[in-house]
Amino acid sequence: MTNDTTESTEYSRSRQLTGGRSLRRTGELIGIGVVALLSIVMILFVVSYRLQAYPGTGVLYETFVLFGQLLDQILGTNVFKHPFMWLSLATALLVGIVAPLVGSFLVHREMALIGETLAHTAFAGVAIGFLFDTTTGWGTSVMLSALVVAILGALAVQWLAERTNAYGDVPIAIMLTGSFAVATLIISYGRGFTGINIEGYLFGNLSIVTPEGAQLMVLLTIVVVAVVAYTYKQLLFITFDEQAARVAQLNVTRYNGLLIVMTAIVVVGAMQILGVILVAGMLVIPVAAASQVANSFRETLYLSILFGQVSVVGGFALSIYGSFPSGGSIVVVSIIIYLLAIAASGRAVTSLSTH
Amino acid sequence: MTIVAQLENVTFAYRDQLAVEDVTLSVKEGDFLGLIGPNGSGKTTLLHLMLGLLTPNRGSIKLFGQSIASFDEGERIGYVPQQATDKGTTMPVTVREVVTMGRFAHTEHARVTSEDRGIVNDALETVGIRALAGRQLSQLSGGQRQRAYIARALASDAELLALDEPTVGVDAESRDMFYDLLDNLNADGMTIILIEHDIGVVTDRANRIACINTNLYHHSDTESFVESDALAEAYGSTGRIVHHDH
Repeated sequence: MTNDTTESTEYSRSRQLTGGRSLRRTGELIGIGVVALLSIVMILFVVSYRLQAYPGTGVLYETFVLFGQLLDQILGTNVFKHPFMWLSLATALLVGIVAPLVGSFLVHREMALIGETLAHTAFAGVAIGFLFDTTTGWGTSVMLSALVVAILGALAVQWLAERTNAYGDVPIAIMLTGSFAVATLIISYGRGFTGINIEGYLFGNLSIVTPEGAQLMVLLTIVVVAVVAYTYKQLLFITFDEQAARVAQLNVTRYNGLLIVMTAIVVVGAMQILGVILVAGMLVIPVAAASQVANSFRETLYLSILFGQVSVVGGFALSIYGSFPSGGSIVVVSIIIYLLAIAASGRAVTSLSTH
Repeated sequence: MTIVAQLENVTFAYRDQLAVEDVTLSVKEGDFLGLIGPNGSGKTTLLHLMLGLLTPNRGSIKLFGQSIASFDEGERIGYVPQQATDKGTTMPVTVREVVTMGRFAHTEHARVTSEDRGIVNDALETVGIRALAGRQLSQLSGGQRQRAYIARALASDAELLALDEPTVGVDAESRDMFYDLLDNLNADGMTIILIEHDIGVVTDRANRIACINTNLYHHSDTESFVESDALAEAYGSTGRIVHHDH
């Protein structure tokens, strides 16, 4: 980096950029505004779906259904008039916000493997939830069971990381496979009497999104966005320079724990759409693409959310028109965005590591 | 005069590998302490102990008169890490964002105010990289990047600046300028603790020297260090030539 020629070309490049930078910044802010508006509309839909049974509140829901029918007529599709598609779309769009949001810290904190691990832990939670539900008949939510098990897994990961001083170490890889192994045992044991559609949770399926799952996602999104907004500075400092953050007397252990628990929460929400195996993709790929072109960390956050949204919308379309699994479709679109970002940036591929 | 850091009989071992043994030393306000010793002598360990990054097995450490365990005024310390350990090369983050981190101990969860931004600008000005504020940290040269970390410490209103071999991989001219900056800060009252492998730099710049090789071999002002045999003892027979031209 001290090389004179690269220094001077970098300098002239950044001078050229200053003219375009404010334009680019405005564009990004408009994009974030659109995303925020869209997510509010989606949250309203999920809430109106929940409230439709109550008298006097059905109007909002009716409006959504009418709008869906109109959209179907315009596009010539048979998709948007079904409320479950809206629930899926709402969940997917919210995943497209919170996964890159948390992923931005996770990736640069070199903790990307944690997301993958917690997805597998959550899968064990799904298996336990199904078994518990069928054996007790209490009608407990599988998503809730996944959430509880994933958070317990998150705390276990934190405990392991504190002891081994690393977030990408062998114990964490063992936990990844271990929780998946336990899940397969439970599924095999329970198959006789549960009749679980396990494939939906493995690869992601738009039709496994239940109203409860969508409502949970709305709740998780509000919590995660609020927590990140409140702790942004601390998370940024720790992500960039953990030692200096310790010297500044930040409670690094607590913020690391917070980040891991938020990851568990996001992973459970995202699992419905993306499937266990592909969840990490949404945490990592939009962030990698954004890091390739962004100048500041804040811009990385904005761009990764925008890329996440485009991946979700594009993946959704691909999934509907080609009858593909939603998880794979979304991840493939996000990888196309990543490749475009590499081409557009003209920089060498940023060497991000999982640990 | 206030004592900034006070170590008494501090011992620290990594498992059964003794790194620092029975070290007693104090750093006074306005000191420029050079911490020297051969490779693997426990210099970085000692610095980390002083900053509370490690907890001693035995002995006591006080920062600004408070026991390190209960010390909570992190904004009073600025830390410039070793080049090799920093993440400035992979993470997209601007110089301004890095320097603004110095304000986080003050703002906590509140918004960064225009007063905070003013302090950040002043810090950038002091270290001479105001013009680079919008650049990505990874686009800066090694010397400029270390200046950004100093600016972060200044933005935090730090009274103690701790630096761990800050100029590894920095060219000679930038290095001189960097140490001139440290001299200026020290003249304005900043207490400095510097780990540096180049003993010539330390004897030129520091007014106090601590020479360690697990044990503390010497701790005094620079003149008496230069005249002593501490260097030869700590380094064995391969001590290097010492400059001293105050």
